[in-house]
Amino acid sequence: MRPLAWTPKQKLERSIALGALVLVAVWPVVGLSTYWSHQILIQTFLFGIAAASLIFLSAYGGMVSLAQTAMFGIAGVIIGNLATKGGPGGTSKGLHLGWDPTVALVIAVVMTTAIGLVLGMVAARSTGIYFLMITLTFSVIVTYTLGQVTKISGFSGIGGINEYTPGWIGDLPAHPNRLYYLALGVAVVVYLLIRYIVRTPFGIALQGVRDEPVRMASLGYNVPLHRTLAFGFAAFIASLSGILYVWWSGQIAPGNVDLPETINLLIMAVIGGLLRIEGAWLGAFAFILIQNYVRDFQVPVLGMGGTLFGGSFNTVVGIIFLVIVLVSPGGLMGIWDRTLARRGRRDGTGPPDEPAVTIENLVKEGT
Amino acid sequence: MVFAVLYVVVIARQVPVSGAGNWRTTTFGSAFDDPGSFLRVVLDSLTFAGALFIVASGFALIFGLMRTVNMAHGSFYLLGGYIAYEVQQGMTGQGFSIASSEVNTWEWIVPMLVAAPCIAFVGLVTQQAFLRWTAGQELRQALITIAISVIIADQIIAHFPRNVSAGAQKFGGNAVDLTWPGWTDRLVDLHIAGVQYSLARLVMLAFGVAVGVGLWLWLYKTKTGMVIRAGVDDQRMTSALGINIQRTFTIAFVVGSALAAVGAVVWASQSNIASGQDGQWLLNSLVVVIVGGMGSIFGAVAGALLYAFVLDFSGSYLPLAGADCCTQYSPIFSFILIALVLAFRPQGLFGRGGG
Repeated sequence: MRPLAWTPKQKLERSIALGALVLVAVWPVVGLSTYWSHQILIQTFLFGIAAASLIFLSAYGGMVSLAQTAMFGIAGVIIGNLATKGGPGGTSKGLHLGWDPTVALVIAVVMTTAIGLVLGMVAARSTGIYFLMITLTFSVIVTYTLGQVTKISGFSGIGGINEYTPGWIGDLPAHPNRLYYLALGVAVVVYLLIRYIVRTPFGIALQGVRDEPVRMASLGYNVPLHRTLAFGFAAFIASLSGILYVWWSGQIAPGNVDLPETINLLIMAVIGGLLRIEGAWLGAFAFILIQNYVRDFQVPVLGMGGTLFGGSFNTVVGIIFLVIVLVSPGGLMGIWDRTLARRGRRDGTGPPDEPAVTIENLVKEGT
Repeated sequence: MVFAVLYVVVIARQVPVSGAGNWRTTTFGSAFDDPGSFLRVVLDSLTFAGALFIVASGFALIFGLMRTVNMAHGSFYLLGGYIAYEVQQGMTGQGFSIASSEVNTWEWIVPMLVAAPCIAFVGLVTQQAFLRWTAGQELRQALITIAISVIIADQIIAHFPRNVSAGAQKFGGNAVDLTWPGWTDRLVDLHIAGVQYSLARLVMLAFGVAVGVGLWLWLYKTKTGMVIRAGVDDQRMTSALGINIQRTFTIAFVVGSALAAVGAVVWASQSNIASGQDGQWLLNSLVVVIVGGMGSIFGAVAGALLYAFVLDFSGSYLPLAGADCCTQYSPIFSFILIALVLAFRPQGLFGRGGG
């Protein structure tokens, strides 16, 4: 693709994206705030990957999945069980198989993708709101299963996973910048991979299935198979995020994949925008900023929620989420698109109006 | 399936008092060896299905008519439970945990009669302010109700429970108990296999049946019910016939929300009410509706029964090997139930169209 073929909007977006990428790439090198690089930015990268798997399914498959957090957790639990070693003083649950972390990494990704394909097979028969309900059920069931099957996790979960990282990465707690660049690299690769996949014949067919399932079926495409494969691919992406997360935080427990966390991931995706992959990282960044800086804020009149943590963070997030859904179902990316389109119309330089893309157009009623 | 039945009926053995169990050991022996426990689990399932039905039928009513997945249904349940708790505390003035003997029938009924209209009002506001003008946008409505549930859940932690026993530290969203009236606190002799069964749980079942019969009479014998059923089948045709479908939607949403509160009072009297249960009851309602299918109360009945039986039987009759004593595989069985039903009937057992 030659740069000359870019529209002004693409040019502007790509300059901004490149600028942001350069900024985060040099962030640790030039010695800016380590709190930001080791807390805010790294979480943005890894939760953005999980949010990207959700947005991939919704934008290109027309399926809003609430099971992505569960996939994220399954990958984390598998690698936790395989890689950690029990020992004196080891209080965490798990099988402690003590395998080579690289092998554990591969197996965790493969198994999560396989579980994603199985769940996808069950869920692929439904669309729209039914798909949302069924994936939410998966998510909650995974949480309870992890909590109750004490052999693999239990309520306290598995800890100390970050001490068992592959040799080619090295000691993560001692070198947090390595994980920072790893997460950044994976995020970029995932973004490019999704952009590539949606241009392949499979990706084009998936978008056909999203828009016209009946027509695609009569053209000979296997509609449930396309949905299942897309779900498996999204599980693969979410598994990468889950593994990065356990290396970053060191632990995984049912509390990391329960309903509030599931909804948090959905909130990230919705704030960013369910229609464009870029929204994943934008939404994750916005959410984590709010999470870090609104913790102690008390909503006037409503009082302190979550007394244990101080501040009515969830009320604030809920209100922001509500406003976004009411005002701009396309999230921040939707606001951006509309602002540019309006400006383009006013100047007369912009492209002709694109057909209105809304969530409802994407998630057509099932057949 | 056959094996599961055989397992429960013949193979299962009670855990020996000492020593490790094997794959045949469960909490109770087989139905053949220990008919009393078997009957008790059946009754547990039936009575739990009663409470499940009350909550889930409200969810199913809203979903069946308006295609609105009310993700805040679990939060309505929780809020209703806490409101009823505060009212009961206010009436008895006991503080925190109340002995059943000190609660009379009124002190149980009035909290329910206060909580249900409160939640009905919350439902009314939600429907009028957010859902009315987004009708037909299913996904957006689901997201809106998720946002509302996040806010309600956080505000519950901020404000409830208000009454705690003297000296106890006040923790937002702590577990509290509603209390059954005193006369239910006894065991009924069923004269079958020597089983004594809790009257309170039977009252719970009776409540479930009463709500079911009430809903049936309402939906099938009154004009409003007729309009609602017509709306479930064809919304546009119904409003084209000159019926004010918006008013019907509002009525259904208000009744559905109130049922969440009624169910909360019933189940919280048996168990308790605590922050975090909103997700659990949202899941319960979802499973009942997915399994039973929407559009008829029979779907909700079937879904509630199946789900309750699967939960209680897998909880009681799965093998408990010694070192594995605390593992509960019952959530996996709820997933198998959903997968089986969806594989053969994607629209649920009693569902019509959709899917």
